[in-house]
Amino acid sequence: MQLSLRIAIVSTLIALPFGIAIAFVLARREFWGKALLDAVVHLPLVLPPVVTGYLLLITFGRRAPVGAFLADTFGIVFSFRWTGAALACGVMAFPLMVRAIRLSIEAIDSRLEDAANTLGANRAWTFLTVTLPLALPGIIAGAMLGFAKALGEFGATITFVSNIPGETQTISAAIYTLTQVPGGDSAALHLVFVSIVISLGALVASEWFARRAGARLHGN
Amino acid sequence: MLSVHVEKKLGEFSVAASFTNESGATGLFGPSGAGKTSIVNMIAGLLAPDRGRIALDDDVLFDSDKRIAVPAWRRRIGYVFQEGRLFPHLSIKHNLDYGRWMSGLAADPKAFAHAVELLDIGHLLDRRPGKLSGGERQRIAIGRALLMQPRLLLLDEPLASLDSARKDDILPYLERLRDEARVPMIYVSHTAAEVRRIASRVVRIEAGRVTATGGTELLSS
Repeated sequence: MQLSLRIAIVSTLIALPFGIAIAFVLARREFWGKALLDAVVHLPLVLPPVVTGYLLLITFGRRAPVGAFLADTFGIVFSFRWTGAALACGVMAFPLMVRAIRLSIEAIDSRLEDAANTLGANRAWTFLTVTLPLALPGIIAGAMLGFAKALGEFGATITFVSNIPGETQTISAAIYTLTQVPGGDSAALHLVFVSIVISLGALVASEWFARRAGARLHGN
Repeated sequence: MLSVHVEKKLGEFSVAASFTNESGATGLFGPSGAGKTSIVNMIAGLLAPDRGRIALDDDVLFDSDKRIAVPAWRRRIGYVFQEGRLFPHLSIKHNLDYGRWMSGLAADPKAFAHAVELLDIGHLLDRRPGKLSGGERQRIAIGRALLMQPRLLLLDEPLASLDSARKDDILPYLERLRDEARVPMIYVSHTAAEVRRIASRVVRIEAGRVTATGGTELLSS
């Protein structure tokens, strides 16, 4: 349980800055290969999760090129560790996060960014002081969606890092395992209840934050 | 002194304009859609001309031959937009301070107090832009541009979104701004009466071209 939460929180927090950066680029910049980037970002959403998990396995596995390099150079090992589960969850959650944030950035009046430019703010400052705060409700919503997806992720995780109790067994995998053994029903129901409480709590909290941020932004 | 010589194609429409502003206020006067906003956007650095040269005093801001294009944030040109464009997530005080802060200027309480007094906005400082009236918004927008200590102030139809009673409220502030702040101004409008009150020189713009340059007598024809 704690493990599931840790995996979901870590994957959301690590994916978030990348999600914001990609969403900004897709919303505000024109460049060669933009359609391709857009497609690649959305890939985990349309691919069967098992396929994504398998692709992760042959990329980030202990013997795979990227996985071996990361393990030898930085000592970061993904295969059959909770970090691998977090990576799988982050990848699966990424498209949902980017979509929500991108929509919120596209909804910002770019003339406000022009106004900031004339007032002496360069691109980076304009992003930090105008774009980012105005996109906050969308960023919160995107993080929430990502968190929910990460919490519920099953297919890619189990394919990539298997289902090891205490290491890579997320709440979804644990429920699945319990339903496969005789007499596991009450334990499974318990976990189901816990996951409902967590999900509802996250939903309510993000609504509250987004509403507060939205009210601030509309200048009231 | 501001000197502008720009050419820009915008789809079917094209702008080709040359004029100068010595000091005081120059009015860019012409019908809607004549390209006035495109011209001030090029001066501000928000729109890149295809060809030409823009210089403010000895500082070249744009020169297509020498491949110079100073970005908007290094031009120090204040811009008051037709719709105000206040930052909705910042208080009025922070809106006013934004340009000074981003331009790396030290806090200047005297200048701040003077602008607040000039524009009569002291009672609004702790509020947010959301619930201000159109006239209040435009006064804040003027103050925000003024407090970055601009070398030039661009005002693009600053009164167009206001009803006529509100226009008459704001005009005296603009006159005071011109006389007291002593920042050169480019005042864009399609209303002859406004330009006559603010500007001493007039550049008439029609269909993207300068059709006349002179004093306010141009406004009557």
